[in-house]
Amino acid sequence: MYDNTSPPQSDRRSRPGPGPWLSSLESEAIEIIREGIATAARPVMLYSIGKDSSVLLHLARKAFWPAPLPMPLLHVDTTWKFREMIAFRDRVAAEVGVELIVHTNQEGADAGITPFTHPSDYYTDVMKTVALRQALDAGRYDTIFIGARRDEEKSRAKERVFSLRNARHQWDPKAQRPEPWNLYNTRLQPGESLRASPLSNWSEADIWRYIADEEIPIVPLYYAAERPVVERDGQLIMVDDDRMPLLPGESPQPRRVRFRTLGCYPLTAAIEGDADTLDRVIAETLAADHSEREGRLIDHDGEASMERKKRDGYF
Amino acid sequence: MLPTLRFVLCGSVDDGKSTLIGRILCDSRQVFTDQMERVEDDSRRYGTQGGATDLALLMDGLQDERQQGITIDVAYRGFQTARRRFIVADAPGHEQYTRNMATGASTADLAVVMVDARKGVLPQTARHTRIAAMFGVRHIVLAVNKMDLAGWDRDTFEAIASAYGTVAEAVGVSNVRTFPVSALTGENLTRAADSTSWHTGPTLLEHLETIEIEQPAASRPFRMPVQYVNRPNPDFRGYCGRIAAGTVSPGEHVRISPAGTGAEVESIVVWRGTRDSATQGDSVTLTLKPDVDVSRGDVICTADNPLAVADQFQARIVWMGDEPLAVGRPYRLKLHTCEVGAAVTRIRHRVDVSDGSELAAPQLGLNDLGVVNLATNRPIPFAPFDESRELGRFILIDRATNATVGAGTITYPLMRASNLKWQDFDITGEKRAELKRQRARCLWLTGLSASGKSTIANLLEKRLVIEGRHTYLLDGDNVRHGLNRDLGFTEADRVENIRRIAEVARLMVDAGLIVIVSFISPFQSERDFARTLFQPGDFLEIFVDAPLEVCARRDPKGLYAKAMRGELRNFTGVDSPYERPETPDVHLDTQKLAPEDCVELVMRNLE
Ligand SMILES: Nc1nc2c(ncn2[C@@H]2O[C@H](COP(=O)(O)OP(=O)(O)O)[C@@H](O)[C@H]2O)c(=O)[nH]1
Repeated sequence: MYDNTSPPQSDRRSRPGPGPWLSSLESEAIEIIREGIATAARPVMLYSIGKDSSVLLHLARKAFWPAPLPMPLLHVDTTWKFREMIAFRDRVAAEVGVELIVHTNQEGADAGITPFTHPSDYYTDVMKTVALRQALDAGRYDTIFIGARRDEEKSRAKERVFSLRNARHQWDPKAQRPEPWNLYNTRLQPGESLRASPLSNWSEADIWRYIADEEIPIVPLYYAAERPVVERDGQLIMVDDDRMPLLPGESPQPRRVRFRTLGCYPLTAAIEGDADTLDRVIAETLAADHSEREGRLIDHDGEASMERKKRDGYF
Repeated sequence: MLPTLRFVLCGSVDDGKSTLIGRILCDSRQVFTDQMERVEDDSRRYGTQGGATDLALLMDGLQDERQQGITIDVAYRGFQTARRRFIVADAPGHEQYTRNMATGASTADLAVVMVDARKGVLPQTARHTRIAAMFGVRHIVLAVNKMDLAGWDRDTFEAIASAYGTVAEAVGVSNVRTFPVSALTGENLTRAADSTSWHTGPTLLEHLETIEIEQPAASRPFRMPVQYVNRPNPDFRGYCGRIAAGTVSPGEHVRISPAGTGAEVESIVVWRGTRDSATQGDSVTLTLKPDVDVSRGDVICTADNPLAVADQFQARIVWMGDEPLAVGRPYRLKLHTCEVGAAVTRIRHRVDVSDGSELAAPQLGLNDLGVVNLATNRPIPFAPFDESRELGRFILIDRATNATVGAGTITYPLMRASNLKWQDFDITGEKRAELKRQRARCLWLTGLSASGKSTIANLLEKRLVIEGRHTYLLDGDNVRHGLNRDLGFTEADRVENIRRIAEVARLMVDAGLIVIVSFISPFQSERDFARTLFQPGDFLEIFVDAPLEVCARRDPKGLYAKAMRGELRNFTGVDSPYERPETPDVHLDTQKLAPEDCVELVMRNLE
């Protein structure tokens, strides 16, 4: 399946099949996805094109095989994603044969809000948070599957598998429903919705191992390659297109870099390295001493930023 | 490596839970440099260790928690040491967050209960232990923390250990291990203590790394609650679910609870293929043959040991709603994938969390534990929690707010009648049949000797039993040899014979059974008499029609031959008439229909 995006396979032979741990994570995720679909009126999957989304999409297809995916994919396009991400997205949607809904906050784009002209938290709010709300309201979705993991960040570690949002998409961390066992309460009042996180108990390493075991295609940006980058505030930023204004004295240099996480290219820092196969990426990930979110510049904005964003309706 | 250990960490506020986890993460190199830097930064703002790194801040994720320095909600954290993987649920201490602690305990194999060495065992400690036990946790580790502040005093430790032993015993947990630790320094937690020579043996972490949690045997009977019916096209109907117990393979016979319908597993469908077998914990899709009717909430079970069905239960419950639990108020109950209406019919008692005593209670408030009687608005397939975790636990949902207001475990089913008052309750045939989930009837097969009555009767009974029905077959053999032993073949005896059979059939129908009568019964008047004993519609006259010549040719017992030779008197069709039914309820033309088709035709008339 879409071989041009698969990593080199040479180092694949030695690997055993999925161990009991990954199998149980897989069965749990499928159980969660089926539970959401069984009770949802208007389900949707947020597709961010990253590795977690790729795993989530794969699991959802497995859950309903031989039926097609019983929900559309929704991508909130800020217009600043890496070009390779968009190409990958369109290819996957065509291959899978699933409805792909792409939404951009057009007013924001028309108002000229970009990561270069506005503070990153304001840009994120308008082009991601508000855009997402617009798309969810337009689709009147009641169950929104996301690829969030509890190991990503502290406030997420406290979030339920089925997490309630009010009609304004806000999360109230103090009023979370108890969620004992696997007895998910998916009942909703009009206007309310659920964020369902089938990958809650997965770690970053689990994601990578599963991608390897299942040969799930991912965006090539995860593999090291020579790419044009500039160094800003100690971060390596890839110059993905000519919309990026260069500072005086700056000129893109080819460096061997890869990305641990993918988002808007101006806000996603690359790391240097030679990991150009899946096994090398996994080896580097396991040995890493920095969390993957460090590459996401927006998470550093202010105290408890992620929790606040969620209260405001960012995922 | 041992299977991943899921444990819940419980204790009162400030006992050091977050610090303990932070310490383990740090010492097993699970904290990224950037996370550590942020914690150090946070420590200067919110820390409780005078600006030194406060490891608790690694865990306390929510803004409110950090400002108040408490843990509000259960936080899940995965980590791995060289020897094992862990998922820890860090559970809140405050009584008002007991529901969150219950959430954390529900998925745990083991509980680490923390006690501050200076405070000893508190009512909270008992509460957490009790909830952990109720939610199925069987192993407990008692961590007596802050031993550094208690001067590593052995007597202090032993007094706490023994006080806790009493609590654990009252709760019914026998697997308790006790450790004196300092979460702050890691002593006896991640490394041997500098200061205790009196405590020997593994560290707390080593204990967690090596403890074996017994898994339920895969040899348990197969059960899979149906989560979702997958029907992409008219040619495929798959039942999706996660196997709760046992194993399954294609070709095995299953029964659908609660309907009782029987079927065979045709295939186990997985991504782009099929499998030869699947076991508990696996999420799979099953196809069945024949393609019987199965819905979400049904449980596919092994055929010879299907799941029990009931609508009245005794259950343990922890109340999580802000509004108290009210007797008689309708809630929604969710048990495995089955959602029904439910009400608590009686609060048997509230459990005092600290000493376990049973208190009379008109209602249960937030965070109360109690034992209740529960009624559902229809019978549901279940197992007592002690037999099967997956099929014996439930939540209660408020109908107005949709909040999850209670969580509980089924202790055992209550007999239907035991909750009803005797004086206004008559046990009728209808009640008895209802218990068997069927309509009781008499299926009266009439026809010449050798017409095929016995063959059809036997097949019919098998079919009914496979579908989970309760039946009985009355035929010449089992009645002649006992009940009617005194009767011969005179005209009067024949009439008496039929009368007794009809009366016995009537009693058995009243007992709730589907009774198949297989008798020549040649006279219309006799069959009409039998009909008068039953409610309209409960008696079906089924004519097994085969021409005399055919029966005489078959003559499996040589009776026709004997009769023709005059050795048998009053033999129907030879020297005694057979009156064909004028208007049978079902007419089985055995010339045209195979026995299986005849059964099919009868079954269709039963619907
Ligand atoms: N001296 C000492 N202090 C501790 C120890 N464990 C925790 N603490 C301190 O006790 C306070 C409460 O700890 P915390 O982990 O936040 O408790 P939690 O509410 O149970 O999570 C913090 O100030 C910790 O630094 C210990 O073993 N020794």
